[in-house]
Amino acid sequence: MTEQNTKKTNKKRNRAIMRSAILSLLVLAIGYTIYNSVTADDVEVLKVGDQAPDFALQDMEGVPHKLSDYQGEGVFLNFWGTWCAPCVKEMPAMDRQFKEFEEQGVNVLAVNIAQSDFEVQSFVDRLGLSFPVAIDKSKSVMTAYNIRPLPTTVLVNPEGEIQRIVTGEMTEEDIRGFMEEIRPQ
Amino acid sequence: MEKLQCTCGHINPPGTILCESCGRSLTKEEQNKKLVDMRYEGTARRSQTYNKSIIDKIWNFFSSVKVGVGIIVVLLVAAAIGTILPQAQYVNVPVRNEATIKAYYADVYGEIGKLYHFLGFHDLYGSIWFIVLVGMLAISLIVASLDRFVPLYRSLKNQRVLRHKSFMNKQRIYAEGAAPEDTLQKAEQKLKELKYNVTLDKNGLLAEKGRFSRWGPYVNHIGLIIFLFGVMLRMIPGFYVDETLWIREGETRAIPEAPGYFLESEKFTFETYTGEGEEEKFGEAIERVGSVAKNYQTDVVLYQTPEQSLPGATDEMERVKEEGIQVNQPLKFDGYAVYQMDFKLNELRAMTFDLTNKASDESLGTFTVDLVKPEKSYDLGNGAKVDLLGYYPDFSGFENGEPKTATPVPNNPGFLVRMFTPETPEGEVSFIVIQNTIEPLGENQYKLTFQGAETRNVSGLTIRKDKTLPILGLGGLIFMIGVAQGMYFNHRRFWIQQQDNGVVLLAGHTNKNWFGLKKDLDQVSEFASLPPYTDQQEEIEKLEKLKKEQRMEGDEVS
Repeated sequence: MTEQNTKKTNKKRNRAIMRSAILSLLVLAIGYTIYNSVTADDVEVLKVGDQAPDFALQDMEGVPHKLSDYQGEGVFLNFWGTWCAPCVKEMPAMDRQFKEFEEQGVNVLAVNIAQSDFEVQSFVDRLGLSFPVAIDKSKSVMTAYNIRPLPTTVLVNPEGEIQRIVTGEMTEEDIRGFMEEIRPQ
Repeated sequence: MEKLQCTCGHINPPGTILCESCGRSLTKEEQNKKLVDMRYEGTARRSQTYNKSIIDKIWNFFSSVKVGVGIIVVLLVAAAIGTILPQAQYVNVPVRNEATIKAYYADVYGEIGKLYHFLGFHDLYGSIWFIVLVGMLAISLIVASLDRFVPLYRSLKNQRVLRHKSFMNKQRIYAEGAAPEDTLQKAEQKLKELKYNVTLDKNGLLAEKGRFSRWGPYVNHIGLIIFLFGVMLRMIPGFYVDETLWIREGETRAIPEAPGYFLESEKFTFETYTGEGEEEKFGEAIERVGSVAKNYQTDVVLYQTPEQSLPGATDEMERVKEEGIQVNQPLKFDGYAVYQMDFKLNELRAMTFDLTNKASDESLGTFTVDLVKPEKSYDLGNGAKVDLLGYYPDFSGFENGEPKTATPVPNNPGFLVRMFTPETPEGEVSFIVIQNTIEPLGENQYKLTFQGAETRNVSGLTIRKDKTLPILGLGGLIFMIGVAQGMYFNHRRFWIQQQDNGVVLLAGHTNKNWFGLKKDLDQVSEFASLPPYTDQQEEIEKLEKLKKEQRMEGDEVS
């Protein structure tokens, strides 16, 4: 009789394990799908914590900038256009904070989205920007970073990982805080 | 619940309706029925029997066909509602983000639009609740199938030849009567001829054909699950790409979602039928609608950068191929397809101006501003030059005295210039937009007059990649196999017993196509001299019809 009972409880336990396994597998699949669908909207490929895709761009002075050259330093990567009002608005604040953090190993690179040299150069001159500005002529860096709305700022920490992705306008305090985040210790 | 012991001595799992061994009805309700319920062979659907832990309760919920049908109905209703207002991807907003799309629904459709957006109907397939529902449907398919398939499979695998009389006489096809002694052997011979699997046990016979038809529903559920799995993969980056690329003539652009590939547009062509010569047959249509499109074509060059090359570095690009993309004739490469989808004609590319003296109308020379590459200064010779101080491709007004541009597209180009002539060596400042000139620093002696413009066309291309297609195809194929298996084949069975007193009992069952079953049985009956059978279902229906008629007659009398 006891043997029968143990057999019965064993069977019951196996069934419970089986059912829990099937159900949790399916729930996991649904969860994963939802996770993908939610994250797909903002930045499809890039997530905080990922290695920031390397790229090479020349700034307006003709100086080449390669992201991987800044390993060990923070990079404040700002995607912008002259037609985008909030981009224009946050530039002076970025410039002021850049001057504060420049010595502490924080780089700023402003990547313009495929505008003409003339438009970008006259904009830089008018605002007297001191950080390097580059034009992504073929939109390939924009594509690699999957930039949708402007402005978008990607913060790259000294390890070369994405620390934070900011979409929309930033206040001067925001910019200060973000630079603090990616400053090498 | 307790296990059920049948009078034949067999112990059945709780919830069983018909004894697994002899086929006797085990419940009161079943005993009172005229015909037995043969769905799932009267086995216990596993989930109905245990209802203990939370896991079991969840399992039981999904095991119910009613719940499954309920989920399908909710999904259908939701999908229908999703077609009432346009989906977010087809909504036209100048700047595309969450906020503008939300505002669009509120502005255009009012309160209903707000609610629609709030509930996630604007992006139905991306809504969390919709995905959860589809997921629940998948769970329901798997759980309900497992719960039914396992007991059914076991029951059909272990079926006995000899069944109790009460099982046989409650089958739809039933016969009872005297028959010759060799009837069993002859029936066996004929049934084998008809491709039945025949098993003999003592004085009984079980003939069976097409059992695999019973697995049809489960096979097609497997197909559906594979299909849903494929749809799920589409949400995972890398499996499914559906991107739009607007490209102007002369531009080279990175292809979205195709790292390392670039596309250059050489020319966009839009042709219409002339209605003359060979195209005369279009004449009537052209007269009626104005013009008939003949061709939309973008001539492109595909480039690829070397493996180790970085985004942004385009100097090492290699030409892969040249092609004319036409509607339904995409450019194909590396699993991607680039389709011709849309176009914009005649976007400004360059503008020519004439520097003239306002008073004498004398021209000091012309110059052309390339809107893609404006220059800082244009020298007209003879001491005259024009400096470009600012270029605003889509001029939208002034803000704090500063000209603004709304977009980077030259829809309404504005130029801030300083004009130098021998007469005005200090220079005169002027702001020029189409058909308007502003002189912000006082009256000028000179002006720029618009001479002409060059334009270029813009192609709207769609980039597609779908790695899930083979999976969706496989799912669809398995689904169709399951449907065919269940629809076009039937599981037919006959039970024949020869009792000691010479009386022969015969029962027949099929999951569908009773006509086919009867045709088989007619052949066997004739050959083996079996007693004549009745279709008990028909008998019952006849009886009910008769009763109904009688009742109606009774009503008339009263």
